[in-house]
Amino acid sequence: MTGGVRLARLAPPLTLAILLGPLAFGLTGTALPALGYLPELGGESFTTAHFTALGEVPGITRSAVLSILIGLMTTLVALGAVAAFVASDLGSSGFVRMRRMISPLLSVPHAAAAFGLAFLIAPSGMLMRLVSPWLTGLDRPPDLLIVNDPWALSMMAGLIVKEIPFLFLVTLAALPQTRHVETMRLGRSLGYGRIASFTILLWPPLYRQIRLAVFAVVAYATSVVDVALILGPHLPATLPVRLIDWMNDPDLETRFLASAGAVLQLGVTLTALIAWIGLERIGAYMVGRARNCGHRMQRDRVVRAAARLVMIASAAIVFGGIALLALWSVSGLWQFPDALPANFSLRSWMQALPRMSGPLFTTLAVAGLSTLIALVLTILCLEREYETGRGRGGGALLLIYLPLIVPQISFMFGLQVLSIWLGVDASFSALVLAHLVFVLPYVFLSLSDPWRAHDRRHDLIAAGLGMSRARTLMRIRLPMLTRAILTAAAVGFSVSVGQYLPTVLIGAGRLTTVTTEAVALAAGGNRRVIGVYAFMQTLLPFLAFSIATGLPGLLFRKRRGLQV
Amino acid sequence: MLKSLTVFAGVLTAALALPHGAKAADPDPRNWDAVLAEAKGQTVYFNAWGGSENINSYIDWAGETLKQRYGVEVVHVKLDDTANAVAKVLAEKAAGKDEGGSVDLIWINGENFASMKRQQLLMAPDWTTGLPNWAYVDHENKPTILTDFTIPTDGLESPWGGAKMVFFHDSARTPADSVPHSSAELLQWTQENPGRFSYPQPPDFIGSSFLKQVLIETIADKSKLGQPVTEASFAEDAAPLFAYLDKMHPNLWRGGKAYPQNYPDMKQKLADGELDIIFAFNPSEASAGIAAGELPDTVRSFTYSDGTLGNTHFVAIPYNAAAKAGALVLANFLISPEAQARKQDPSIWGDPTVLSMDKLSAEDRAAFEALDLGVATLKPDELGPALDEPHPDWMEHIEGEWLRRYGAAN
Repeated sequence: MTGGVRLARLAPPLTLAILLGPLAFGLTGTALPALGYLPELGGESFTTAHFTALGEVPGITRSAVLSILIGLMTTLVALGAVAAFVASDLGSSGFVRMRRMISPLLSVPHAAAAFGLAFLIAPSGMLMRLVSPWLTGLDRPPDLLIVNDPWALSMMAGLIVKEIPFLFLVTLAALPQTRHVETMRLGRSLGYGRIASFTILLWPPLYRQIRLAVFAVVAYATSVVDVALILGPHLPATLPVRLIDWMNDPDLETRFLASAGAVLQLGVTLTALIAWIGLERIGAYMVGRARNCGHRMQRDRVVRAAARLVMIASAAIVFGGIALLALWSVSGLWQFPDALPANFSLRSWMQALPRMSGPLFTTLAVAGLSTLIALVLTILCLEREYETGRGRGGGALLLIYLPLIVPQISFMFGLQVLSIWLGVDASFSALVLAHLVFVLPYVFLSLSDPWRAHDRRHDLIAAGLGMSRARTLMRIRLPMLTRAILTAAAVGFSVSVGQYLPTVLIGAGRLTTVTTEAVALAAGGNRRVIGVYAFMQTLLPFLAFSIATGLPGLLFRKRRGLQV
Repeated sequence: MLKSLTVFAGVLTAALALPHGAKAADPDPRNWDAVLAEAKGQTVYFNAWGGSENINSYIDWAGETLKQRYGVEVVHVKLDDTANAVAKVLAEKAAGKDEGGSVDLIWINGENFASMKRQQLLMAPDWTTGLPNWAYVDHENKPTILTDFTIPTDGLESPWGGAKMVFFHDSARTPADSVPHSSAELLQWTQENPGRFSYPQPPDFIGSSFLKQVLIETIADKSKLGQPVTEASFAEDAAPLFAYLDKMHPNLWRGGKAYPQNYPDMKQKLADGELDIIFAFNPSEASAGIAAGELPDTVRSFTYSDGTLGNTHFVAIPYNAAAKAGALVLANFLISPEAQARKQDPSIWGDPTVLSMDKLSAEDRAAFEALDLGVATLKPDELGPALDEPHPDWMEHIEGEWLRRYGAAN
């Protein structure tokens, strides 16, 4: 193990090369065509004409502004709900129940949750079927614009119900590193309500730990494609959807416009992040005001009830949506206003299963390997950071978060050209590397804060007892951080399972995963087939998260201090 | 940990050291035995839209048959948009990968073909007329086999199936005698039945086809459609089309503020009762939908009396394909009487054949005649006249104009 620790010296540069190499090349490969340079298409001189053309695209401003608003609103509501719920119920038995219920939701792919929600709330959807025709008198669905609404409300709802579990789990992982029991007790003893105690005393240090995860949510929500396709507005669509349309345009000249759009996407995501930092400032100011004015705010029952309601509703929506998709996967004819299918059929499963083994194996192998590599690199990097004493401030490791913040579509085409140029497209190792670009930051993001917040006095005591550094790592730190490590692994695994663009582009269609198959079939819009694949897509990360949450409880049955 | 790092380093090295493909002369289909010999052991990556389980099963069957008979492995690369495969070949050309490309055969027609042909991304010269099974192809009576959206195919793509725009309705809700039989009647129908018709949002292929259908019926001088668009007179030429749409949109499903995604989405909405009239490019879609339990058995088909759009879809080989011989063998098999008869069976796929019944042996012809085309499928003589596709330039122009006018409607 000494060798392992010594190797830690190589870990940060290696990690950076893996992350930033593809990113830099990909962005260059996007920026050059945006500026008019792509000799294969006859673009041999630099020009800003494509940006001018982009500015003249009808509705482009609305698309861009909408993407920014979606990023901010989604994050604000999801984070608010999680924070209010943690404040309200931390330490209660309801909290434990909610943790068990919410955590598996993380494993539901965004697209599957979106499909489920769409079928729930559409005019011909489940809710309307349940009340028709006996209550509404309708035997035909009403012509109402609910899904794909121009203000993207249904899209935001779809994103919020999916970001809540993510933020909740990240918060849970960070919670043990704060002295939350004592802090809340202090606030309560000073007469503050639960929400007020939490907001004033516990939230500031807690938020600092989950801040980058929140940034990732902002960036994701501004650049998401699949959820926007299913739930988002059409006329005009959000910016990322329009980018994909342009990239898919048979007229290859449109690639210049797409590249310019990809650069704009970069700006949109950045703007949303800057606006978010502004919101942070406002929030900090308001917390300060609340603290200074001295109100105890004990009457917080309404807020607490609302937080619980949002949490339960988000769980119910996602679970309900998945259950409905599962029902679709075995349904025959199922017409409005029937609440149940007229008949059942295993046809979709019989057709899909024999063809699923290859993609399933690729999915597992790529996700397993990329997660393992990401874990090892992350732990070595963190160990090195500990050793040199350079923390979050000066370390170049902050760059690790770039792949989460730079929208995928902004650098994927360039990356594809790189992989073909190297002759490694469609190879298994290239696919693992491509996934690693996205898995590594998430693993690092999940693990680094708990790791850094780990009480160093444990290590000092171990050193005092004569333990070597490697031994301290193995015997003290890793066991104490088992929960965080397993959570990070589960996050990494599910990130890999969910990757669509990198798999399609680097796998060149030859290496397919459950997700690429699902999206290809979703193009056909058949709810039965979508049901089959959404179920499989959900099952894999679900298993990973079950292990991550179940195993520590099993391992630490007899160690009270290591339980949440 | 050390071990993992070593493994990782190995992976990295292996990834960077993969060799590029080796140069070889293109196989010649006129020397078929040589093609078969070269194809043996090859793996053909067939890039085809993967959105339909029926079609995927059919391609699986073709692959298994090819493996048994010729030792050629077929891998179906399932695309959600054919343009992705075009883009892939382009990216390979951009990277200088002129051999050993990742796309061997591509399911294609219309503007994708026009684009690849223009960019010289296709295997050339003419290979399709050299295929042994070309002898059965009905290129005399089906002009769209030699002219794809007015672009001469020049033997760069081999026909696979026919397509014709057909409309569907549920006779339980919409009586057969009330359905429209021209674009003008459809407009009137939408005024009487607001909110029950729509079309997939362009540039979806089926949605754009609807625009072209209206364009053909409304343009003053039809002869212009065989030529590229004249920029100067485009606004005037397309004015009747957009006047039509302006009139129709307020009465579309959701008032035209949202559109179905594609054909399967419309099919789902017909079953959900949201739409009353939908359309597709495959005359047997309704029967296939009934057989799969996706549509009620009361769905029926109709077309316009003065004709609807008709075209052919093809397979083509990229210029840098790695397994050209294998791709030729597959393309040839796809136009064999056996494969074509199976494809036309609605319980398999239901895609119309490109072969001439007159050129087939009695036995092969019997196989076609024995097919039960399904309760909702119109007989060939009920399908009405086929209208030629306009030049691809028109599609691009009306798509662009559509987006400009309606793309930011909210």
